[in-house]
Amino acid sequence: MAEGSVIEARGLKKSFGDLVAVDGVSFDVRRGECFGLLGPNGAGKTTTIRMIYGFSPVTQGELHVLGLDVRTELRRIKYRLGVCQQEDNLDPDLSVEENLAVFARYFDMPKAGAKERTRKLLAFIGMDHRRRSTVDELSGGMKRRLMVARALVNDPDLLILDEPTTGLDPQARHQVWEKLEELKGGGLTILLTTHYMEEASRLCDRLVIMDRGRVLVEGEPQKLIRERVGKNVIEITHPTAQQRAMAADEKLDHEDLGHRLIIYFQDGDETFRRIGEACGVEGCLLRMATLEDVFLKLTGRELRE
Amino acid sequence: MIISRRFVRVWQRNLTVYRRIWHISFIPPLLEPVLYLLAFGVGLGALVGKIVFEGGEYSYSQFIAPALIAITIMYGGFFENTYASFVRMYYQKTFDAMLATPLRIEEIITGEIVWGATKSVIATALMMAVISLFGLIRYPEGLLLLPIALLGGLAFGSLGMFFTAIVPSIETFNLPMFLAITPMFLFGGTFFPLETLPVWAQKAAMALPLTHLVVLARSFSLGLLDAHLLVSAAYLAVFAAVFFPLAVVLMRRRLIK
Repeated sequence: MAEGSVIEARGLKKSFGDLVAVDGVSFDVRRGECFGLLGPNGAGKTTTIRMIYGFSPVTQGELHVLGLDVRTELRRIKYRLGVCQQEDNLDPDLSVEENLAVFARYFDMPKAGAKERTRKLLAFIGMDHRRRSTVDELSGGMKRRLMVARALVNDPDLLILDEPTTGLDPQARHQVWEKLEELKGGGLTILLTTHYMEEASRLCDRLVIMDRGRVLVEGEPQKLIRERVGKNVIEITHPTAQQRAMAADEKLDHEDLGHRLIIYFQDGDETFRRIGEACGVEGCLLRMATLEDVFLKLTGRELRE
Repeated sequence: MIISRRFVRVWQRNLTVYRRIWHISFIPPLLEPVLYLLAFGVGLGALVGKIVFEGGEYSYSQFIAPALIAITIMYGGFFENTYASFVRMYYQKTFDAMLATPLRIEEIITGEIVWGATKSVIATALMMAVISLFGLIRYPEGLLLLPIALLGGLAFGSLGMFFTAIVPSIETFNLPMFLAITPMFLFGGTFFPLETLPVWAQKAAMALPLTHLVVLARSFSLGLLDAHLLVSAAYLAVFAAVFFPLAVVLMRRRLIK
């Protein structure tokens, strides 16, 4: 396997009866990087990471985690993983502190070490003062931070996060991001699924965008934006016939959504100026291209349910 | 099926929770036998008079006290591994969280069932203390109630977990409650001797695990040790040996996808 690969997936497949949830996915996660799995609902992100932490057996393909085969050495792998699942499954029968201590026991950590680790982690997530609270008393953001802390209890070599900030308000989300950046700074390898493009841009060194069980594209966020979309985007609300014609005639990279025309381009504000001169800037918005543009361009705009 | 002693981790988790609320869990096994013995033993017992069991004559209180323990053993294992386990599995997602650690599904289910049996043993010990105050348990034979509580707890816990693996929702537990647990409670040789039933009903009652648990509990409480008790103990062991792996396999099918 490749030098320094923490996860190596080759032709990974998962079917549930007739439904193929993951359909031949390959990627590598390198040591020390934050790797993102992006995709709309039902893309196969969660199924993929469930195979990585052994919750779902692999239907077909090769999957090595920390250099070990998930098929044969799952237990050894699991000792070195930290997993923060999508749903809050903190133990409501236990206090904040006990949630960490009981989890440490699942990893066979000795009592004294677990106590010290619990203290450190509560300090890390800024929740020392809540250590005796029950889980039900915590806010959504606190629960998430505690989920992250719990995933770190065994000092893992790989942290897996399944949509770590879904459902959080912006303040809580930024707090989680700061903690994850700190962990990344400390050299921890992180695998993250998300459908927040801002989150992926901010945290991920590299990522794949998945849809319908397949990988559509892989790369560094900024590179992907440049290659797939360009530098800037003009959004025109209620475009005129003239603006539409211009986009088509000049063979500009564009999407016509009917009530909205989106033009992608590379040349700074040059194109924006020309369109403005020719058709007026009424309803035109010039902005930087983002990962969200790449995402929508690749996965389409229809709703996924 | 690979089950290591890691199941103890799951058992410990339940013990940690239990220690937070032990004072609530302690009340029913202490209070219930007193209420039953007053209502049935003193109240109904006056009408019933003496009861014949294994050739000896006993008071009605002596007759039903061990049955109350047997019923508590059944409830301990069954309720813990139906309603309580279902809540942990389905609502709290506790098993999902455990599955992201080195624990395997086999160890989680084993830990749950052994915990249910542990609750049976704790409740039995508490009830024995109370019932002994009435002088209704003979010692040292009565101490055999404790290992029997463990065996019975494992048998009924496995049965409970079997249902937990297959019920679509928590309301569905009403069905095994109504079809299995309540009939056993009434017809398992608990409140009247099986000999008063028609022969076919006696035979049917012998198929019920509670009947065997009651026979064991009663014999030990009254100090009657006999070789035929081994048959009842073996029945419970086989019952557990069938439903335990069945529960594990069905639970795996339910949770691992």
